[in-house]
Amino acid sequence: MDVKTLTYLFVGGSFALYIAIAIWSRAASTREFYVAGGHVHPIANGMATAADWMSAASFISMAGIIAFMGYDGSVYLMGWTGGYVLLALLLAPYLRKFGQFTVPDFIGTRYYSHTARVVAVVSLVLVSFTYVAGQMRGVGIVFSQFLDVDIATGVVIGMAVVFMYAVLGGMKGITYTQVAQYCVLIFAYLVPAIFISILITGNPVPQLGLGATVADGSGLSVLEKLDRTLVELGFGAYTDGVKSKLDVFAITMALMIGTAGLPHVIVRFFTVPNVADARRSAGYALVFIALLYTTAPAVGAFARLNFIDTVQDTAYTEVDSWFRSWEAIGLIGWLDKNADGRIQYGPGAPFAGPPRFAPEPGPAGERQVTNPPTAAANEVYVDRDIMVLANPEIAALPAWVVALVAAGGVAAALSTAAGLLLVISTSVSHDLIKNTFARNISDRQELLYARVAAAFAVGVAGYLGINPPGFVAEVVAFAFGLAAASLFPAIVMGIFSTRMNRHGAVWGMVAGLAFTFCYIAWFKFVAPDTNNSAHWWFGISPEGIGALGAVLNFAVAATVNRFTAPPPEGIRALVEGIRVPRGAATSTTAGH
Amino acid sequence: MASEHDRAARARAYWRANLKLSGVLLAIWFLVSFGFGIILVEPLNRIQLFGFKLGFWWAQQGSIYVFIVLIFVYAAAMKRLDRKYDVHEDGE
Repeated sequence: MDVKTLTYLFVGGSFALYIAIAIWSRAASTREFYVAGGHVHPIANGMATAADWMSAASFISMAGIIAFMGYDGSVYLMGWTGGYVLLALLLAPYLRKFGQFTVPDFIGTRYYSHTARVVAVVSLVLVSFTYVAGQMRGVGIVFSQFLDVDIATGVVIGMAVVFMYAVLGGMKGITYTQVAQYCVLIFAYLVPAIFISILITGNPVPQLGLGATVADGSGLSVLEKLDRTLVELGFGAYTDGVKSKLDVFAITMALMIGTAGLPHVIVRFFTVPNVADARRSAGYALVFIALLYTTAPAVGAFARLNFIDTVQDTAYTEVDSWFRSWEAIGLIGWLDKNADGRIQYGPGAPFAGPPRFAPEPGPAGERQVTNPPTAAANEVYVDRDIMVLANPEIAALPAWVVALVAAGGVAAALSTAAGLLLVISTSVSHDLIKNTFARNISDRQELLYARVAAAFAVGVAGYLGINPPGFVAEVVAFAFGLAAASLFPAIVMGIFSTRMNRHGAVWGMVAGLAFTFCYIAWFKFVAPDTNNSAHWWFGISPEGIGALGAVLNFAVAATVNRFTAPPPEGIRALVEGIRVPRGAATSTTAGH
Repeated sequence: MASEHDRAARARAYWRANLKLSGVLLAIWFLVSFGFGIILVEPLNRIQLFGFKLGFWWAQQGSIYVFIVLIFVYAAAMKRLDRKYDVHEDGE
């Protein structure tokens, strides 16, 4: 069977599985819709959290980013795993003891304030929608490359599947489909990684293969060979970075704090039976995540070696077919600057911007690039997102591996999109409608509102997927920065300080949110040509500014808190209650 | 009344023990990632271990393994503290 038939089979089969699970696990009450009834086993929750967390960005883009950034890519590896330590030690057990449905629930109750609740809902919706737009692009890429449908059709199919299990099943449906999606995506990630590790080093464990000797008789280890090859071509060494140490520090910190503050991850810990399970479950989640995250740097390094090996100084007419198939959809472009018919790869952009192609082919049969060339000798444009998807083809792996990777990419994108859509709909139906505007509605009515909100959110996400805003890649920095600067500090202070009052929390969140939003918007949209270290405050890039936003949030909150009245007596009891595992869950009405 | 007072004192002692444990674990969290993986990466990179530069290994592999261990140590140690201060959940 050819790749396309196999891909239809794998993607179609996985969709059938997800829908079957959704029908089996329909939600009947708001408690099931919001937190899966609170009966999820900690290991199952760990897998679901891992699938929820690992998005199209983790599955498709991350290894490619590391391949081209080398050491600097470490910010994503440490940032997106270290956040789980903060989550496990500072948030998850206490929020589980608090025992409500949403993050704004906690903030609104702890700070006895509707304003605080609404600010939290605004942060949550901003964070989640920016994030979901990126997922839809991932689905689009996979569908257009492997299934030959156009992106719009691909997104509609994906939305229909998410609609089935998110709107019907709520958190309960999502949890069990995410367990299945985790299995699909991790298998799809590890199989090609193991194949390639064996091909390049003879060692089947990619984590060890990264440090093993290359099986080409040179006696060099993978990283040594990569360092040498890149330096010969004029790049910096793979194991050295180009970012400043302070910026690496700030980005890593912002990603860690942002991860711990992401609402769709936090709510997963509302679904386990008790506090002890919430702690353990965070550990399992990180084990499942680390399986992919420790493999990714190996995949990245192998991919870069393979890419250089096949492309560098190869005649275009003899280059492997994957080069042309990705060129065909515009994610690779080649401009024969020295007119020798051979591909030369080196540092610097080959031409300004992504490639625009002339209708007629160039002299060697390539798609003729019309962009004005740069002074760099480099002739190759390559989109970093293709490395994981192209890797099995680059390494000439069997067709079923290619099909498997496509199914894995779709699973990663859908599982994260579903989790995000659920927290958006929950905060609309529960925090805005039930707890702010229409307090007297019944459980059945609230459930109906939740389903309508979920359906609406699916529609918006689908629209964003078909008409992606031109700045999708840029706005991902928003999601983490905003979560780090708004939600995380407010939750931590709510648990670790009994004195923090609503004025401090609200002003802290507003200050952190506004500062981070303006800083990123300035450098990404208002004055993008000044987006470099000479203009950044303290040399911190927009990606890392969330760390500073979080510090600002803490500082403003502490200052305002000093000069305003302490919280009412009931709040001290509430905080002391969530600090110990024993006892009943807190009632929402406490402190009102 | 005495038992109520007792319970409050126990809860405070439990909270202090919890803060101490979390503080130690977070110090290790900071050391392996921000310390070994970022601040000290150049000196550590002069040490070569099984084909890895050590600082690079901490940044892309080692720190993640330590994070996992930290969470499981926390979960186990907290379970012991829960019982020691008699604040564990019912039904366990």
